[in-house]
Amino acid sequence: MIRIDAEILEKAELLSKLQIEPSERERTMKEMEKVLSYAEKLNELDTEDVEPLTHGGWSGTMLRQDVVTNSDGKEGTLANAPKQTDDQFVVPKTV
Amino acid sequence: MIEQMDALTLSEKIKKGTLGVAEAVGYYRDQIERKDGELKAFLTLAEGGLQERIAELQEGIRSGQYTGPLAGVPVAIKDNICTKGLRTSCASKMLENFIPSYDATVIQRLRDAGMLVLGKTNMDEFAMGSTSETSSFQITKNPWNPEYVPGGSSGGSAVAVAAGMAPLALGSDTGGSIRQPASFCGVVGLLPTYGRVSRYGLVAYASSLDQIGPMGRTVAECRALYEAIAGYDEKDGTSVPGTVRCLGKMRKMTATEYDGLSREEKQKRCMERIKGMRIGIPKEYLQAEMNGEVRDAIKNTATLLEQQGAIVEEMSLPLTEYGVATYYLLACAEASSNLSRFDGGKYGKRVEEKELHAMYKKSRTEGFGEETKRRILLGSFILSEGYYDAYYLKALKVKRLIKEEYENAFRTYDCLLTPVAPGTAPKLSTSLQNPLQMYLGDVDTVAVNLAGLPAISVPCGMDQKGLPFGVQFIGNAFCEQLLFDVAEAYEELRGVFPTVGERMTGNGKAGER
Repeated sequence: MIRIDAEILEKAELLSKLQIEPSERERTMKEMEKVLSYAEKLNELDTEDVEPLTHGGWSGTMLRQDVVTNSDGKEGTLANAPKQTDDQFVVPKTV
Repeated sequence: MIEQMDALTLSEKIKKGTLGVAEAVGYYRDQIERKDGELKAFLTLAEGGLQERIAELQEGIRSGQYTGPLAGVPVAIKDNICTKGLRTSCASKMLENFIPSYDATVIQRLRDAGMLVLGKTNMDEFAMGSTSETSSFQITKNPWNPEYVPGGSSGGSAVAVAAGMAPLALGSDTGGSIRQPASFCGVVGLLPTYGRVSRYGLVAYASSLDQIGPMGRTVAECRALYEAIAGYDEKDGTSVPGTVRCLGKMRKMTATEYDGLSREEKQKRCMERIKGMRIGIPKEYLQAEMNGEVRDAIKNTATLLEQQGAIVEEMSLPLTEYGVATYYLLACAEASSNLSRFDGGKYGKRVEEKELHAMYKKSRTEGFGEETKRRILLGSFILSEGYYDAYYLKALKVKRLIKEEYENAFRTYDCLLTPVAPGTAPKLSTSLQNPLQMYLGDVDTVAVNLAGLPAISVPCGMDQKGLPFGVQFIGNAFCEQLLFDVAEAYEELRGVFPTVGERMTGNGKAGER
């Protein structure tokens, strides 16, 4: 049975870009542990020779012509920006 | 007058000119005004451009531009489906102020068919939940008893229809999110075959499972709405091109077989369809811990169908008990990837920080609710080095086994009959304390999404508390028309299902045949 400790939670937070409050950490670990332990039920099944089903749809791989069909929609897109200037998104300094 | 009308009749009257589009919209707006203060199904109502759209529709109907069976009908839309110029929040603080600059394909199709968007409905945040209680904004109540949840995640859409605040609605279904609230609220809901309805403009939760589908009071209304939204769309890479044929071995049929038939003729044809139809009841769906009334209802439904010549027999889907584990592993993994786009950069909530990654983390931590965070954390963990094979890959393998098990079943059966959920709606604020317990309640719906198949939830009966529940018919891929037929025949055999209003005034006829 999987044990979720502080180290695993920190790793998951890092990957998720999330921060769990100190008061919520214990409960969060417990809930994760409960769900994952339940999921280990799948180990009852022998899947040794089973191919994983990565694409379960009915369409196969659909291709379409690589042509522009829309306008740039700049105005509508930028209208949702938390911060913008001169038709550009503004984010904190990255370099 | 409108209260008694289904959406098809409403459209007929509008097309005949005996009823105006403005009058119809006004009626539903008035219903919302009266009822939604308590029920809280709607998050946003269409305001800007509404009068222009009403005028345009009225003129289009007069001039013969809009002639479809639902022309002039207003529809409620789940708030994870993008509507141009109308806030689409996914019931999350993350998208509290998000106004899409484009319409989802299904919305475009509604408009092309002469329908109009009435408003956006509450849901579990990003469709993650089974009660609509993970919404960041409001708690939607079950109209049959406001102390109970409406189900979820498309709870707002189910309530809008059940309470007569909208004649029809769109929901989305990743693991039961259309069918389960439909069952808890006493309405019809269809999960279409994966790839049959375009998800372009649907905010993704678990892309390999998400589908958009119709909700309405009757099967015929859902059929009409489904036919308006279904079909190939090159903007969705999983959309299936060409004319689809029911993959069922037994009865192939297409929508065109109904063209030109009157409603009575269609109904008659539905009843004829079930003669000789082979219907399987997977015994694993009738678990020991399920509600006895729901179990009895499945047996009664089987008897009704048998009396009309269907061949109903118990069969086995042994992998049923692995559905919930497989579903949650895959859904959380996909959610952690899909929801990584919400980082406060280009749209959505931003918490200002000096450093970029700090901004991402703060924005996401404050923007997402508890259940969403839980699923993202789980998904990130499942996909991480050292655990990927044990959880994610394992689930993908079991998914194949589940899909094959259904394929195998449909070599013998035209459709399957099951409960939609083991019970009726739980009380408000009792589910979220124990997430795993809530997940287990999805046992009757998740496997259908994993297998990419269509299924319909149809109102069936009432429990002792006066809460409704439905039965589910599961079909082979692209057999929506077969499901509509069996559901419509069942609806006829069941008799009129009470509406919330009748229930409240004691005129309900639940259970009488």
